[in-house]
Amino acid sequence: MKRLLTLNRHLTERIGFTAITLLAMVTVLPIVGTIIYILIQGAPAISLEFLTGFPRNGMREGGIFPAIIGTLYLALGTSIFSVPLGIAAAIYLSEYASDTPLTRTIRIAIINLAGIPSVVYGLFGLGLFVLFLNFGTSILAASLTLSIMTLPVIISTAEEALRAVPQSFRTVSISLGATRWQTIRRIVLKEALPGILTGVILGLERAVGETAPILFTGAAFFLPKLPGSPFDATMALPYHLFVISTQVPEMPIQIQYGTALVLLAFVLTMNLIATVIRSRARARRQW
Amino acid sequence: MNKIIIESLSLQYSDGTESLRDVSLDIRQNAVTVLFGPAGGGKSTLLRCLNRLNDLTEVKSSAGRILIDGENILDPQIDVIALRRKVGMVFARPVPLPMSIRENIIYGLELAGEKRRAKLDEAVERSLKLAALWDEVKDRLDAPAIALSGGQQQRVCLARVLALQPEIILLDEPTSGLDPISTGKVEAALQELKKDYTIVLVPHSVQQAGRTADYAAFFLQGELVEYGEGKSIFTAPKEKKTEDYITGRFG
Repeated sequence: MKRLLTLNRHLTERIGFTAITLLAMVTVLPIVGTIIYILIQGAPAISLEFLTGFPRNGMREGGIFPAIIGTLYLALGTSIFSVPLGIAAAIYLSEYASDTPLTRTIRIAIINLAGIPSVVYGLFGLGLFVLFLNFGTSILAASLTLSIMTLPVIISTAEEALRAVPQSFRTVSISLGATRWQTIRRIVLKEALPGILTGVILGLERAVGETAPILFTGAAFFLPKLPGSPFDATMALPYHLFVISTQVPEMPIQIQYGTALVLLAFVLTMNLIATVIRSRARARRQW
Repeated sequence: MNKIIIESLSLQYSDGTESLRDVSLDIRQNAVTVLFGPAGGGKSTLLRCLNRLNDLTEVKSSAGRILIDGENILDPQIDVIALRRKVGMVFARPVPLPMSIRENIIYGLELAGEKRRAKLDEAVERSLKLAALWDEVKDRLDAPAIALSGGQQQRVCLARVLALQPEIILLDEPTSGLDPISTGKVEAALQELKKDYTIVLVPHSVQQAGRTADYAAFFLQGELVEYGEGKSIFTAPKEKKTEDYITGRFG
């Protein structure tokens, strides 16, 4: 009787573990499936001409070069605004702010900022940057809109990275005659940098993949030439994908999947870079 | 000669923890003064007042004066940075900054604006020798300080303070995490150092207090119970409470 019970217990455990393992594997399926599917469908479209050429014949032929360049411009523009601002805000929150109604308000604002649907950011960007500030439908307006959307991600990951630096480093540094700012610059920021970079990349990654915020603020349906200044509109990968998937009749399917593949490669590469930075920093960390 | 004069110092933290009540104490130059007593008695608080490290903590109220060389260091107007260079501190747990041994030692000097390589090298050698660590690390000064043993790390921390050529050294249970041999090395270094420095030590045991004290102050729940020469306090304490603590009746 006793042996039977023990056996039973082992069996129950086996079944339980198997179920959990299967469920865990199910979560991997969608991502792997998506990647494989897009790879198979899109890979035939990838060619030198596709990556470096302009769209031809109502975008049914040719390449997606302007969309790739446009996405790079938007990523660059977004990082110019959101990175310094986000890191400064994180430093303020982690290093200087004490727990006052003001800082609590800032924190709540950041959390809520992260929850706003991206199309609402698009509308806000249209109102503020395109119309009120008169930047027009432009890389500048789109970058600013994407920056606002990216900020919460950058701020919260950067703040977390800063807070992870042991308090004792700060105390010791101050006791050796450092000012608060010297301590932040020479110790805290240096140690938090990999974590901050990860946050920046993840934030930009999100910005790069978004369609809604640039829809009204900077994205162009089709442009015969590359944008020449920040005040020009630009093509961009996610919007281009939307356009060729829904707005152009008789669109060859491999161009759609080719575009999706390039966008996916963009995003996954950024993810990979973030992961490498993180694991390298973890190996080298001295605390 | 008195290096530090503490006059009716009272302090209370905002979170209601450890505090000091009307403490008056003169600390001698070129001697080891030991602040001892059970936990929560105010020893560390007092230590952290002496280099104004309490500025980092929220303090509810404080009163009294601390004169170092005649200057009241609790005056908000004083140059706190200069004070901290003059009054160095070694903490209970060794905290090597995340950099090499050499960079740890010159950290404070670089902040003070010293850029000359020769001066910095000289400071590294001098302070590591004073901390009795030079022979053990002279061939690997560029190795990360965290790679050293606990006892060596603590002596790096001591050397880091010494590099700034302070006048006063505060030590808050500096040997609490160390083995007896490392502890012995730190204690021996202190006996050497007191010739040139004023040393205030919170020991991690009554035994260490007895071994190291030229002067000793017994703290109990924020109050200074007894203060005098180490010899007399540990052999013939005047106060009953001091005697009870030393002989192990409570603590």
